[in-house]
Amino acid sequence: MNTPAELKYTKSHEWVKMEGSEATIGLSDFAQNALGDLVFVNLPEVGDAVTAGEVFADVESVKAVSDVYCPVSGEVAEINEELLDDPAKINEAPYDAWFIKVKNVGDTEELMTADEYEKHCENE
Amino acid sequence: MEKKTALYDKHVACGGKMVPFGGFILPVQYETGVIAEHMAVREKVGIFDVSHMGEVLCTGKDAVKYLNHLLANSYDGMYDGQARYSPMCNEHGGIVDDMIAYRINEEKFLFVPNAANKDKDFKWMQEHVIGDVKLEDISETMGQIAIQGPNSKAVVLKLAKEEDLPKKYYSATFDKEFAGKKVIISRTGYTGEFGYEIYCQKDDTPAIWDALMEAGKEYGLIPCGLGARDTLRLEAGMPLYGHEMTDDISPLEADLGIFVKMDKEEFVGKEAIEKMPLNRIRVGLKVTGRGIIREHMDLYVGDKKVGISTSGTQLPFCGGAYAMALVDVAYKEIGTKIEADVRGRRVEAEVCPLPFYKREKK
Repeated sequence: MNTPAELKYTKSHEWVKMEGSEATIGLSDFAQNALGDLVFVNLPEVGDAVTAGEVFADVESVKAVSDVYCPVSGEVAEINEELLDDPAKINEAPYDAWFIKVKNVGDTEELMTADEYEKHCENE
Repeated sequence: MEKKTALYDKHVACGGKMVPFGGFILPVQYETGVIAEHMAVREKVGIFDVSHMGEVLCTGKDAVKYLNHLLANSYDGMYDGQARYSPMCNEHGGIVDDMIAYRINEEKFLFVPNAANKDKDFKWMQEHVIGDVKLEDISETMGQIAIQGPNSKAVVLKLAKEEDLPKKYYSATFDKEFAGKKVIISRTGYTGEFGYEIYCQKDDTPAIWDALMEAGKEYGLIPCGLGARDTLRLEAGMPLYGHEMTDDISPLEADLGIFVKMDKEEFVGKEAIEKMPLNRIRVGLKVTGRGIIREHMDLYVGDKKVGISTSGTQLPFCGGAYAMALVDVAYKEIGTKIEADVRGRRVEAEVCPLPFYKREKK
């Protein structure tokens, strides 16, 4: 399992990269591995409001749909349109395959360090 | 508590993700993933542990008469070794299960029902016995491995003699030697691809699995899980019990009319099927919008609800999202535009021919 130390993680397996009041969000390596081959991604639109702890996207593997939760509240500044055409990028490189960038970040979920997150995954 | 097949340790050693299915614990996929496993079967060869399938022996001098009573298809005029698929109907014309029945000889047949239905089926079969027949559930003593894909014959020929292989699709040979074990070799499968299914003694399953893994190396063989089994059958337009068939769906609604012989004198469910108006029918849907239509999603034309999806996902070989559905017969024509309610969002689709994939015959 790959868990870069410079990122923060949620219990629901999203990763966040915080830069000032901006956050970049994606799905962890553990999550992509558990979900299997991803074939479809639904993303919000630029300008949408997102809320910490609420669903902002869904991903579909061949077998099932899974919700993706937003670790932060704010406004969607950018979406990764590449993922819409090629969801397999999430399986190939989960930490390059960001979902959205959020600006004006307010509340955040309880975030874990890489070490804490790895322990959390051991119990999943 | 789910049962383990004789291959449980093999699956775990191969990195299988184990999940409960039909009372068994089986791999949904291996480390290769559903897409690679699906493509291996379409382009090379894959093997599946299908030991969960049930096996019921039927013996007695009235065996043919009994099968003709129990099942909707006709079991007349078969040769020894021949297999026929059939829905097994209830008195209301719904489907109890679907299965293959092999004729071993005129007084001995082998049924292969679905794992999840096996106990229900066995009870049903016993309750509907007519004449001199005996039923024996031998599921616990048997293992089964499917070898599917264009290279499957080359792999099988390394472990069996050519003259021992069944020549025709939907036929089998009995008591043949395969990797040193006595087996049934059947030319059947659930993938839409050329292939075989090997029925063996439960204790012989691991040795046969190992022999296949070794023999298949040069042909690109990989083990495949339930995930690929489901996407392959869906791509091949094959119905699955619990999805396209249930106690409340008739075989005609499931578009399985060619397996229902209404000219037979009688069979369980015939009267009800005769009387039932055909209001809805199984169709294929190609998703033209953005999204995936899965099972149990409501289908609309405008504001009118016209049916429900029964199975659906992204199909790896066809390269798009497809679904099977039961729709009002007024909307069954190819090209009809239909929308699915996918978690509150409308996704566009159109009726397209089944199967979605058909193997090119060489």
